[in-house]
This record gives sequence, C-alpha cells and structure tokens, in this order.
Amino acid sequence: MKVKLLFFAALREQLGRPTEEVELPASVTTVGALRDHLRARGGEWERVFAPNRPVRAAVNQDMMQAEARIKAGDEVAFFPPVTGG
Amino acid sequence: MKVAVQREDFDLGAEVRAISRDAKVGAVASFVGLVREVRMTLEHYPGMTEREIGKIVDEAAKRWQVMDCTVIHRYGELAPNEQIVLVAVASAHRGDAFAACEFIMDYLKTRAPFWKKEHRAGGATWVESRAADDEAAERWKRGER
Repeated sequence: MKVKLLFFAALREQLGRPTEEVELPASVTTVGALRDHLRARGGEWERVFAPNRPVRAAVNQDMMQAEARIKAGDEVAFFPPVTGG
Repeated sequence: MKVAVQREDFDLGAEVRAISRDAKVGAVASFVGLVREVRMTLEHYPGMTEREIGKIVDEAAKRWQVMDCTVIHRYGELAPNEQIVLVAVASAHRGDAFAACEFIMDYLKTRAPFWKKEHRAGGATWVESRAADDEAAERWKRGER
C-alpha cells in the first residue's frame, strides 16, 4: 500500500526531504512497524529512527502511538517533541 | 472561538476587545509569549496545528465556563522581543478565565506541532523539548490544578 510521509524540523533537515510517497510491504501495518521499516534504510534513517531517539508520529494529523494502524492513503508524519508556545 | 496560525503580528488590545463585547463577559485573561533574547525560526505542521489547538480549546471549554476564546500562534522568522503566541479567554468570572487560559497555554506547549530553531552566533540549533513543560500539562490531568 501507498502512504504519504511528512517530516518536520530536525528530522526534515537530517533526512533532506519534507515529504515522500512510499509503497509499503504488506507486513507494515502500524506506526511502529513503519518506523522500523524506515530505520532499515540505514545511514541517516538509522540515526533518526534509532530506538532511543524521541520521535513523535501523527496519522492523518492526529498524534498516534506505535501500535496505531495505518492504511493505504494515510498521511503519516514524523517529528521531534514539540517546542512551540 | 478563534484559532489563527499566521506569520503576521497581532494586536493584544484589539483581540481582547473582540471577545469582550457580550455584556455577560466579566473577565478576560490573556497571555502573550515573547521571543526571549535569541532570533528564531518557528516551523509548524499546517492543518494539524489548527486542529490540535482547536481540540485544546474544546477541552478547556468543557472544564470551565469559556464564553469566547482567541488563540493566535505565529510562525516564520521572529526577532527578540517579538510576540509569538496569544491566548485570551473571556468568561463571566476571573477564576474560569485564569484557569482556562493557563490550561490552554500548558497544553499548547506540549501538543501543538511547532518547533523552534534558534539562531545564535555559533550557528542554528533546534530547541530541545523541556520536561518542565510536560510536567505543567500533566498536573492538569492529575487534578492538581
């Protein structure tokens, strides 16, 4: 299935892209599995999505935990803990 | 209720007057956050930002009497002393106005998708999130406020 990825702030800079359309294998059905899938790309991806790195995720603009399901056409965003206000 | 995410500055007086017109309003509490010392760039997640702030305002309106409310958050390049954020709450009495204003601000800091990048002489760095901000929001959940 195909999903749209968005990256913000330090993640966007490290990965060198604000957005990407990606075709996922059938085994990737949750936010946590997607994170593992991206980490397996190696290089900067491995550093950005390292298990000890505090990365937040949103699916269709709602904050989600690792076990949240993802489906075709979803907008999945990854970003650091927020620092507004 | 008004939620705005914008580059432009805002006028505190005009925003307070705009939510004070109802004769039943007896109190308006407002908070303005400013850029402290260092020039910065604020990035946000368009769409999600407005939604998250809207959810926080709805939650405040369930807990306290909120007759009207305005939240404005700026993004882009901001210089020291510029205004970043405004939260203004109108209510019949000050207790509700103060509490709702502080609640919205505490949750905005931990949930609204904004990121600050500071520009110092040595280079630009992303601001790290603060445990104290998470703690401020958690206190409301535990019923300590």
